[in-house]
Formats: sequence, structure tokens, C-alpha cells
Amino acid sequence: MTRETLFNLAVLAGLIALPLYAHLAEEPFTITLATRAVILSLAAVGLNIALGIGGLVSLGHAVFFGIGGYAMGILAFHAQNYMPLMEAPFLIEGTKSMPMIWLVAVIASALAALVIGLLSLRTSGVYFIMITLAFGQMFYYFAISWSAYGGEDGMSIYVRNDFPGLNTLVPIQFYGLCLAALVLALGFNGALARSRFGLALNAARQVPERVRAVGLDPFRLRLVAFTISGAITGLAGALFADLNRFVSPTMFSWQLSGEFIVFIIIGGTARLFGPVVGACLFVVLEHYIGGWSDYWHIWFGLLLLVIVLFGRGGVIGLIAGKARAHG
Amino acid sequence: MAKAVLETKGLRKAFGALQATDDVSISLRAGEIHAIIGPNGAGKSTLIGQISGALTPDAGQVLLGGKDVTGLPVQARARAGLARTFQISQLAMEDTVLQNAALGALGAFGRPFGMVRPVLRDTAIRDRAEAALERVGLLDQRAMRTAELSHGQRRQLEVAVALTLEPRAFVMDEPMAGLGTEGSARLTGFLDELRSQAPILLVEHDMDAVFALADRISVLVYGRVIASGTVEEIRRDPAVREAYLGDET
Repeated sequence: MTRETLFNLAVLAGLIALPLYAHLAEEPFTITLATRAVILSLAAVGLNIALGIGGLVSLGHAVFFGIGGYAMGILAFHAQNYMPLMEAPFLIEGTKSMPMIWLVAVIASALAALVIGLLSLRTSGVYFIMITLAFGQMFYYFAISWSAYGGEDGMSIYVRNDFPGLNTLVPIQFYGLCLAALVLALGFNGALARSRFGLALNAARQVPERVRAVGLDPFRLRLVAFTISGAITGLAGALFADLNRFVSPTMFSWQLSGEFIVFIIIGGTARLFGPVVGACLFVVLEHYIGGWSDYWHIWFGLLLLVIVLFGRGGVIGLIAGKARAHG
Repeated sequence: MAKAVLETKGLRKAFGALQATDDVSISLRAGEIHAIIGPNGAGKSTLIGQISGALTPDAGQVLLGGKDVTGLPVQARARAGLARTFQISQLAMEDTVLQNAALGALGAFGRPFGMVRPVLRDTAIRDRAEAALERVGLLDQRAMRTAELSHGQRRQLEVAVALTLEPRAFVMDEPMAGLGTEGSARLTGFLDELRSQAPILLVEHDMDAVFALADRISVLVYGRVIASGTVEEIRRDPAVREAYLGDET
């Protein structure tokens, strides 16, 4: 077993043990913090498929996070007000069922990623960053002006949505759901990296000319990666909205997109657990230094600077050394 | 005359006032090595670009197996059976040698969207990749990171990736570039055998290799084919000697 695998297992063990301890010690706030860390991890794991393997630096991934959030918000809003979403030509009602909400969130964000990808993946480098940023801003301002769903103020969902067989109002149970989603996403990401698709996508990032020369189309590979990436980040958005029981346009903000990128860089680009480590560090620092100084971002920025300058492989690179090629 | 596997008809390409390709019609027949030689700036790379699909010609056609592929992009021509090697190695440097060869095999087999099964456990892909590595003598290096290979080994891997495609025709852009005498000699021997599998359009500066290998030679100067023929005909051609070979022969 490599050092990186051991480290990943240790992180996973921590993500199981710490909230369990907090549950036994009756510290629900710690569980909420851990839930936040896990959900942000999931969002960044989604981005890591596009950014880490595919090399697509998207500064608009908050779009999918926000779409997931609003999918939850809109469905639950209609359910809690007993107001159908649509009556003609056929009736669509809101829902408080998490699996249903997740399905809608994943499909909606995947579709959005497909359309945005079709338009933006024709560019690369700085232009790609700018186009994805522009899409992010479009969605952000659209959400602000969408008064039917709270406009700038967002909307509150009074009771957390349901999951069959669980009481999601108990923090540790909702945490378990979120962690399960993260573990599934990581498992998928790990398999993808070693798969046919992972090999081709990884090569398309390094040498697109070569990929074309063997008969594969880098654009299609990137489009599929971007769509999957958006779907996973969308699922995280739905969970995030459920955690806070609140949705607002800030879920679409470009700062959030930037933070997702920062999680990945801090943890280790293209490392399986990179986004998890980055997001957890972010939440921990946000809580502890944030409680001590309003200007905690300065310290986080300093950490980012140190890692970019001295540890190209992020925290995982520092601990576990250079990434090994699969095979 | 044997039917051409690969053929260009009246290709023209200009960059501004510079006519980089000027009415070039060449053919590649089954079983042969057809070498394209010419001084720097003669338009060899531009010609390769149009044949492989990276550049669109202003006029003329590219035919592969008698079919017009002029409108097809690079990846479609590759799937139609055209394998090229690059003058400057285009390899995934972070990946292992085996992964680079497996990419070629994956391209050849298609279906690149499998996301669950590890690609290197796919025996069809792995076998083909390893067979290609064995043929160029890189099998022992399969687990190495490509960035750790020597320049010569990268040139070999470049050829191995083309082999995994099992193409109808090879287009090789200076495969000997930067190889030492020994490396050149080894690759020359290898290409000599390879022509029976699929014909090779060979752009090369190494005249020893060209004269040893080529069944036919076309000489490109200022975007035009000024002479075309067997090694002996080219050696004797006064226009070629003046324009290119100088006092070498």
C-alpha cells in the first residue's frame, strides 16, 4: 500500500471517527461543521474530475452548486407551501424527498454543464476561465432577479427534507448521508482515473495532438468530463442547501467557484483526496481563525501562497510525495 | 502500377504571400517507403499537416485508400487508418510508457468512455500495447514514467504508439531526429521490416537512412516537388544536386 493510500484511509477514518465522537459527546455543532466540510469536499471532488484529470480550470463551478441548491429550494418550497410547480399540461408537484431532489439536482446541473461545456470548451486557457466565470455571473444575477424564489434574499426551507428510513433532522444521520455520497463520488473518481476514459482524458490534458492522432476527440472527452463534474458538484449543492435549509444567490457566486479551485490546489491537484483535504482545512481554519479574526482569509491566503510556491503537489504532495502513475 | 494507399492531388497551401505547398501530388503504394526530402523551409511539415488533417489545404485533395478524406479532421483520418509520428515527440510525459502505448490501442479499439474497468486490465488493449512496445524494444521500460525516458527511447515510443493503431499507412515526420548513429541504424532496420505491414511516407533529414530505405524519393523545394523517382534517379538528377544535395554525393 502506498503512503498516499494510507494517508487517504487515515483522512477517511478521521471523517468517520470525529463526528461519531462529537455525537457521543453531544456536540452537534461539530457535526454540522464536519457536514459542511464533507459537502464542500464533494463539490470540489466534482471539480477535480474536470480540473485535475482534464486540466479544465473552471471558474464557474458554483453554477452547478447553485443549480443543485435551487433544485432543492424550488422543489421543497412548492412542497412546503402545497403549491404545484406546474399544472398544465400535466401536474408537477414539489417534493420533500431527498432521493427525488438529488435526481433533479443531478440532471439539471448535468444539463447545464453540457450546454456550458458545449460553448466554453471551444476555448482554452485564460479564455476558458473567463467564459466559465461569465456563465457564473449570468446565473448569479439571474438568481438575484428571480423574485418568485426570493430574489436577492434567497428562500428558507423550514424543515430538512426526508430520506426513507432516516431521521435527517438528527445531525449525525444527515452527516452519514453526506459522507456516503462523498465516498461514492471518491470511489467513482478513483475508478474513472484508471479507466479507459481516465487514460484518454488525462492524455488530452497533456498532449491533445497525440490524442487526436490516435483517433480520439479531445473535445468530446472534455465535454463528458465537464458534464460529470457539473453533476457531482450539483449534488453537493443540493446537500448544502439542505444543510443550511436555506438557498440564496451566493451559492452561484464566483468567490465560491474560486474556493473550490483553492481546495483542490491546497489539497493536491489531481490527487484523489486532494479536494477533501483542502475543503476540510478550509472549514477548520474558517472556524478557528475566523473566530479569532474577521480577516482570517489573509491567513488562508498565506497558506495558499506557501503551498503554491513550495509544494506543487499540495498537502498530499508534501505528505505522500509525488503522484504515482497508474499501472 | 499498384493502387495508392495514400495519395495527394494538387495540394496547395499558402501562408500570406508564401506558397508553402504548391501543387503537390504524391502517392504512397502498398509495401513501399516513399521518402520526402528537402531543405529547411521547403514545406515538408506543412505537407504532413495537410495529409494528417491538422491543416486545411487551400486546394487539392487527400485520398486514403481511394477515399477523399480532405474534409475530415485529424481524429477521423486516424480512425480511417492513418498513423503519424511527430517530429517533436508528443507523449503524455506524466504517464507510464505502457499507458502511452495503451492510449494508442484505446484509440484503435475505440469506445473511450468506459469509466469503471481499469484500462490496463483490459487484455485486448494491454496485449496490443505490450506487443508494440516489445517490437520497438521498450517492453522492459513499460512501468517507467515517459519523462524519465532518454530522447532515443521517446522516439521509439513514438513509433510504438503508431504501431498500436495497426494503420493502413504510416506518416513519419523525422523519426530519426536527434538519434545517434547507432539509434538511427536500429530504427532504419526496423522501418525496413515495417514497410511490409503498411507503407510509410517518410519525411527525413538523415540522408543515409533515406537512401538505405526509400523505394521512391520526392524532393520538395519551395513547396514544389522538383523531382520524384528511385534513389538512383534522385542521386543523378542535376536539378536536385544543385538545389539540395550539393556536393554530398
